[in-house]
Amino acid sequence: MAIAPHIRVENLDVRYGAVRALKGITADIPRKMISVIIGPSGCGKSTLLRTFNRLVETAGDARVSGRVLVDGADIFAPGTDVTAVRKRMGLLSQRPYPLPMSIFDNVAYGPRVHGVRDRRTLAAVVEGRLRQAGLWEEVRDRLHAPASRLSLGQQQRLCLARGLAVEPEIILGDEPTSALDPRSSQHIERIFMELKREYTIVLVTHILRQARRLADYVLFLYLGELVEHGPAREIFENPREEMTRDYIGGAIS
Amino acid sequence: MDRRRAEERLMVALMIGSAVVMLGTLCWILAVVLVKGLPAMRLSMLIRTPSGGFYLGREGGILNAIVGSLLVAGGATALAALVAVPVVVYINLYARPGSWIAVWTRFSFDVLWGVPSIVYGAFGFALMLRLGVRASLLGGILTVACLVLPIMCRAMDEVIRLVPGELADAAAALGATRLQTALGVVARQAMPGLVTAVLIAFGRGIGDAASVLFTAGFSDAVPTSLFRPAATLPLAIFFQLGTPFPEVQERAYASALILTAVILAVSAAARALAGRSARHIVR
Repeated sequence: MAIAPHIRVENLDVRYGAVRALKGITADIPRKMISVIIGPSGCGKSTLLRTFNRLVETAGDARVSGRVLVDGADIFAPGTDVTAVRKRMGLLSQRPYPLPMSIFDNVAYGPRVHGVRDRRTLAAVVEGRLRQAGLWEEVRDRLHAPASRLSLGQQQRLCLARGLAVEPEIILGDEPTSALDPRSSQHIERIFMELKREYTIVLVTHILRQARRLADYVLFLYLGELVEHGPAREIFENPREEMTRDYIGGAIS
Repeated sequence: MDRRRAEERLMVALMIGSAVVMLGTLCWILAVVLVKGLPAMRLSMLIRTPSGGFYLGREGGILNAIVGSLLVAGGATALAALVAVPVVVYINLYARPGSWIAVWTRFSFDVLWGVPSIVYGAFGFALMLRLGVRASLLGGILTVACLVLPIMCRAMDEVIRLVPGELADAAAALGATRLQTALGVVARQAMPGLVTAVLIAFGRGIGDAASVLFTAGFSDAVPTSLFRPAATLPLAIFFQLGTPFPEVQERAYASALILTAVILAVSAAARALAGRSARHIVR
């Protein structure tokens, strides 16, 4: 790769109690591209994603060793401000979890916790991010309605707008379309294609066709190990490892 | 086939029967209190303190006990909430899941929850003797706070545990601190349940006689200071029922009616307040 990677993972190990969920992962995540982590259920995809914003630590018994460098700085280094790390990344989870407040307050939540108080600034942020997430036209008349009244697809776009509002550099998506109907999924995918011009995007998916549609770069995990990673074209058309070939061909799942 | 249908019917009948017993008990209690209490109900009951000979059937009211009970139970509930909220937030959002402090704190709620209120009364009384404090509003508030604290903690713990972890993760992923997540997101999601927890505690506190018997004492005057004894409704009911005079015993039912009405009014007010936040809850 010509440009320096945005995220570099070095010898990353994650254990939950006695279970070793990730085993010595070393990989680079390229900047301003869509990287997709594929692999069967339980292979550690989500765990890997959750190390990037240190959300892995919210599971009480997780122990992490190795390094994750974002722009060259180890986010697991002692003394690192976790909230500052997380502010640099937006997260979309499998199911959308809007916060228990209005649509407006959901998007304004991030800026507010980081100290933005000015009403006009907040209003501008909310409109801008809702537009970016393709939701503005649908909610502009009911910004103060509860977010929980939106459809699931709209909620997921709201969560995207909420994440974008803290001005991250990286967007993490943990199977972000798995709870959505096909049209909403398509909508989200289109937005990702737009967003990759400005953001580094890392997605976890178990849907191979989605990976083919979106990925510029692919990481294939199997039972906690990184089997292969590289540009999407290489992985899908000419994988080096037999296991990758089997997985892509549907022989293992 | 027939046997399975009969089984189904029998069980449904039992369930409906149980529901009727439950509801019937409530209606019965309310009916008794209303039928026996209404005839003795006078405006003077609400707005006057007992004058000489009130317990012999003469003039007066139980304003002293109404105010005393509201102060004791209100103060105790507020004090208990000041302790319960940090405890519950700590064991749910700060302590590692399964850590010894969370496990043992929960165990202590369960034990304390089962301790009879007279034991709290005796404990409070012993403590006050040692500190040289006499029966007073303050003593009552502190003792009742001890009584309702485990009830409140347990009820709050249950509702906070129901909040999905992903919701807290979502706030954390935006860079919120744990405190911001706890107070701004998790507590908001759990708000109706938290209000219920406070109400359960208040109801238990205002209705308890044994814990205030020695600690708050009793007085015919409305308490004017934390260090004066304070009358409470359960004790007022107890003293009135204990007299040999039928007209005073009737007033005991009128007092019970007032106690019930106070609890209903406080519940309704608190629910109305909480209802405003409930519309944003994520289901």
